[in-house]
Amino acid sequence: MQVEFRNIHKRFGSVHANKGITLNIPGGCIQGLLGENGAGKSTLMKVLSGFITSDEGEILLDGRAVTIPSPAGAIEQGIGMLHQDPLDFPPLRVLDNLLIGGRRGLIPDRRAALKALKEIEAQFGFSLDPDAYVDTLTVGERQQLELIRLLWLGARVLILDEPTTGISAPQKVKLFAALRKLSAEGRTIIFVTHKLEEVYQLCHRAAVLRAGALVAEIEPPYHTENFINAMFGGEIPTPPRQPPPTTAPLLALKGVTVEDARLQVGPIDLTVKAGEVIGLAGMEGSGQDLLLRLCAGLLRPTGGEIALGGRALQNATYHQFLRNRVKFMPADRMTEGLVAGLSLTEHFALNAEVHGFFINYKQAEQTAVERIAEYSIRGFPESPVESLSGGNQQRTLLALLSAPLHLLLLEHPTRGLDLESAVYIWKRLKERARSDGTAILFISSDLDEVLQYSDRVLVFFAGRASVPLSAMQTSVEELGLLIGGVPLETARSTAGMHQPEALSR
Amino acid sequence: MEFDQLIIGLAGVIATASPIVFAVLGETLTERAGVINLSVNGMILLTAMSGFAVAATTGSVLLGFAAGMLIGALVGAVVAFTSITLRQSQVAIGFVLALMTRDLAYYLGSPFTGQNGPRVPPAPIPLLSDIPVVGPLFFDHDLVVYLSFILIAVTYLWLFRTAPGLVLQGVGERPASAYVRGVDVNRQRYFYTILGGALVGLAGPAYSLSIKAGWQGTISGLDGIGWIALAITIFGGWNPLRAATGAYFFALLQWLSLVLQPVLTGIPSQVLQVAPFPLMILTLLLVNFGSTEWVRRRLSALPEDQRRAVNALIRRLNVSPPSALGTNFRKQ
Repeated sequence: MQVEFRNIHKRFGSVHANKGITLNIPGGCIQGLLGENGAGKSTLMKVLSGFITSDEGEILLDGRAVTIPSPAGAIEQGIGMLHQDPLDFPPLRVLDNLLIGGRRGLIPDRRAALKALKEIEAQFGFSLDPDAYVDTLTVGERQQLELIRLLWLGARVLILDEPTTGISAPQKVKLFAALRKLSAEGRTIIFVTHKLEEVYQLCHRAAVLRAGALVAEIEPPYHTENFINAMFGGEIPTPPRQPPPTTAPLLALKGVTVEDARLQVGPIDLTVKAGEVIGLAGMEGSGQDLLLRLCAGLLRPTGGEIALGGRALQNATYHQFLRNRVKFMPADRMTEGLVAGLSLTEHFALNAEVHGFFINYKQAEQTAVERIAEYSIRGFPESPVESLSGGNQQRTLLALLSAPLHLLLLEHPTRGLDLESAVYIWKRLKERARSDGTAILFISSDLDEVLQYSDRVLVFFAGRASVPLSAMQTSVEELGLLIGGVPLETARSTAGMHQPEALSR
Repeated sequence: MEFDQLIIGLAGVIATASPIVFAVLGETLTERAGVINLSVNGMILLTAMSGFAVAATTGSVLLGFAAGMLIGALVGAVVAFTSITLRQSQVAIGFVLALMTRDLAYYLGSPFTGQNGPRVPPAPIPLLSDIPVVGPLFFDHDLVVYLSFILIAVTYLWLFRTAPGLVLQGVGERPASAYVRGVDVNRQRYFYTILGGALVGLAGPAYSLSIKAGWQGTISGLDGIGWIALAITIFGGWNPLRAATGAYFFALLQWLSLVLQPVLTGIPSQVLQVAPFPLMILTLLLVNFGSTEWVRRRLSALPEDQRRAVNALIRRLNVSPPSALGTNFRKQ
């Protein structure tokens, strides 16, 4: 189905989120949609999927002007949206998820739903247990379920909002294959993403939004600089790689084991030098998160020794870790990192080194003003943190950690951020590592990020950690294989011993 | 104790549990839609009083029950309007209504205190009530008790076997997902809050016109039962069958505390009277303890097949509330 946006305007108060967007997407096309956070992508997609209505402009499907009053109205017109966090019912079974709101009638037609499920699954090589509870599925499988549901309801236009965040590499391959097949059937796919390489792999064409306006439509052959120019109005240099530091060891783990209800991790031996950056890679829940929380003092080891600067910390409390200048930056910015409802000033007041009984608002506000300038946070001292964009929340978290540290632990430091913020965050982190000698351990599911910014990499698989690998001598392919559980030697020979490109990274 | 006495006692337990059954079924439906109606305790008192008043005035038991349901539905409508349309805290509104409806019952009910009034006649079911043991237990009651049996089954089937029931589950779990599927979330919530209120409104007349016929004001002995009903809703994991089991269990504990009084002479009678309440809490703990971190860790040490069996058992016992319980829904 052909989708045409004509002069779409949308304002939220003083914010002009869509400024007259006109875009024509032919039927059967996989259309990439790119732009920084806040560029207007989600607004445009919410207009198309019926969550909001535009102030001006119209949408044409196959040349016919339509009104889309609600998400349910959108699916009636054949438009289905796959949300980044799948909108399903986690405590219910797979089949029930298909049935809710599907067909009318008093008794749900389980047999028909099961038949449709099996048919659509067969087309795309998916296999979901119809009786499984959705909360036992991975994000990738929940996506497949939503895709099946939308196709069952007859969607001919599919909107995918950053669908590759949080899914495994094989699931991504399956998803892309399914999308190609759907487009070959004549269905239109709108693929919203931050990742250029996904556009290169998948999209027939791409559109770039910046500050609410459509600034470029790009067709293959793609050139990265065209995208970067369109998205940011200029080049963003990635910082050059530096050789690993040759400082004294700072953090030493000896035969450390840790466990939670699902997983036993270790034993791990690792020595980290001051100023060194260690990337922890692995499928989500392979043990890297436990190691990070262990180093933060949030989990106690079940065995082994941890020493920071020669001081044993295996039995220390979280507060002793803090006093030893160890800080942890969690992935869930709004629930674990920042306090919703408090302003930037109040955050700096909470974070002040010296606490009196009364709050020194004057000083806190001054700190806030300074840090806002220093970290280029787009916000005011009195802005509540939840009103900031993801990138600015992350900058705020970093600004809150500005006191000198020995060890900084980061969970997905750039997840969901636009390229500019991600590059900025890493620039600051690398500066701290090199100038203050702060050792950094971080988790990321973005393999390029892991290899780009780490000195050494630890790969986790089912609770076991690999030996530390030099990031310079490891390729993305090798890393991908290791994450999938392939032994190191096999991975090295399969991926080809470090190609010249990998070395020059 | 003689066997016959035991059967009569247990039949009494089943009868006295029926008002609690109405209340927990109503509250289960309301909470499944994501709304907490905390005013159950006051609602039972108010509907008991008004049900009795209407029946005593008109001479019609049926009108008494209708009045109870109507007032229950009205209180439900107030909860729905203030929490869904006006977006006020469900907890605050529920507490205030619980106190208000209770005091209203005592105040408005004073002219009817201690008066004589009609009551639901016993209606043993022919043939079935003659079956030994099963007959006196289940088929020698009045229509109120039979209605409680029917409602347990209907509510269960509605929730787990019908399309509207599936939608109801979805609305309480994740309203945004339901909205995307074309469900009018707030209309569903209004409907089930009012329906749930009407069911709770059956509990009052079930006391004042059947189980504890009459209206005795502050000494009616009904104050507090609504709070237990709220706890049983949670204990029942928002499942009508389990909730009903909880109601029968509580009635059983109350009966035991009476029967055991002459036997356990060393224990003050006050202790026995209060005992059902802490026992209820203990049961709740036992049912839900499997999900604690401590138990999970111990379990991971078990061999695979045993662990799987224990996990399956825990999964069956363990309950989690509708995720959207007590929250407001706003379209993006």
